[in-house]
Amino acid sequence: MTILIPILAFGIIGLVMGIVLAVASKLFYIETDPREEQIAELLPGANCGGCGYAGCSACAAAIVKGEAKVDACPGCNKENIAKIAEIMGVAAVEREPNVARVKCSGTIDKANYKYYFDGSKTCKDVAALQGGDKMCAYACLGYGDCVKACNFNAMSVENGVARANEELCVGCGVCATVCPKQVIEILPKSSPVTVLCNSKDKGAQMKALCSAGCIGCKICEKTCEAGAIKVEDNLAKIDVTLCTGCGACVEKCPKKVISMAQ
Amino acid sequence: MNNYLMGLLTIILGGLFTQNFIFSRFMGICPFLGVSNKTSTAFGMGMAVTFVMTLAGTVTYLVYQYLLLPLSLTYLKTIVFIFIIASLVQFVEMALQKYIPSLYAALGIYLPLITTNCAVLGAVLLVVDTYAYQTLAEAIIFNFSAALGFTLAIVLMAGVRERMENAPIPEFLKGFPIVLISAALIAMSFSGLSF
Repeated sequence: MTILIPILAFGIIGLVMGIVLAVASKLFYIETDPREEQIAELLPGANCGGCGYAGCSACAAAIVKGEAKVDACPGCNKENIAKIAEIMGVAAVEREPNVARVKCSGTIDKANYKYYFDGSKTCKDVAALQGGDKMCAYACLGYGDCVKACNFNAMSVENGVARANEELCVGCGVCATVCPKQVIEILPKSSPVTVLCNSKDKGAQMKALCSAGCIGCKICEKTCEAGAIKVEDNLAKIDVTLCTGCGACVEKCPKKVISMAQ
Repeated sequence: MNNYLMGLLTIILGGLFTQNFIFSRFMGICPFLGVSNKTSTAFGMGMAVTFVMTLAGTVTYLVYQYLLLPLSLTYLKTIVFIFIIASLVQFVEMALQKYIPSLYAALGIYLPLITTNCAVLGAVLLVVDTYAYQTLAEAIIFNFSAALGFTLAIVLMAGVRERMENAPIPEFLKGFPIVLISAALIAMSFSGLSF
């Protein structure tokens, strides 16, 4: 019996408060555009901030107001964007989905290290000490700041280098913003070949720093029949609009830093 | 009668100055540091806290006196009070969103955080735990003046921070360090009032 009294008392307080709040929500009801809610439901709800707004509901409000485009959300798939466009009464725009690629191949066994870091294991902190523990000034540090930042569980660190799972990645670009080394590039998902190196050091230097670095030897530039590859600042760059995805450069690259998409 | 009025005056002065919640009890520091960037938002926050605190003080006092005490359920006071405060904050949030949307947007996350503002819970628990506050009027006045003390503190702090914007602050003190140092200085000057 004694247990019943507190339960009842608490229940009554809860009931009264509930009624007060229910009345208040009717009394202070604000007319919101019903489209806002519909759109918010179609957005992924991860609040990644890739659209540039504070979160998914803020993005939905901006879309309704016309401040943002219907395809403002980089994390939405085509069907949802088409549905949002339908709600807004605009023609859906075909948008190329993006994907994050980490331009580094300097795994633990291939990169040389300056020092052993015994402090807080985040990229940001390690990068603050001489630009990172890897000799190469451009390398992925592999402490996983991007893994923590990713709202879609797409990033992981394998053998000291971050990699994006292209099936899970939506290309929102949050990882690229948190990366202190700016080694992550957001590319169209259809781009077939990527140079997985970011180093602008000269070839001879590069060999001493990391055995998996682009040395700017221009073999890929000569191999590419489409003329899509240019070596600038000792680093091969692929023009995704010209690349045909033939894979000739992938085979010829002496350092094996050019990779086909997963 | 005169003694009674003097008692009320003591409560008011205590809440405002000598027993200031921020500077002498150190409660409610989170919104104090978080929303003290601009005087206008700080004042708005102070008013929101004042409203919640006074209302919460009244409701909790009544619930405690007429429900928890007679049923000897005083051990439930913390959870019941948190529950009441949470509902009231929800209520204030809805009202603000409707009538003062600009203040609602400016307060942002700090408004729902009043729920966990220990100044509010601290005040209502102090009222029922201290024998000095026996009547409803005393309880309401205590809560109201404590909340006004909070407002005074946060507005003072916002004024200081607004002036610091243009002050030549040494690089290593910029941001939170200088804010904490100035808060400590204000707290010290407030402690002078209790002698």
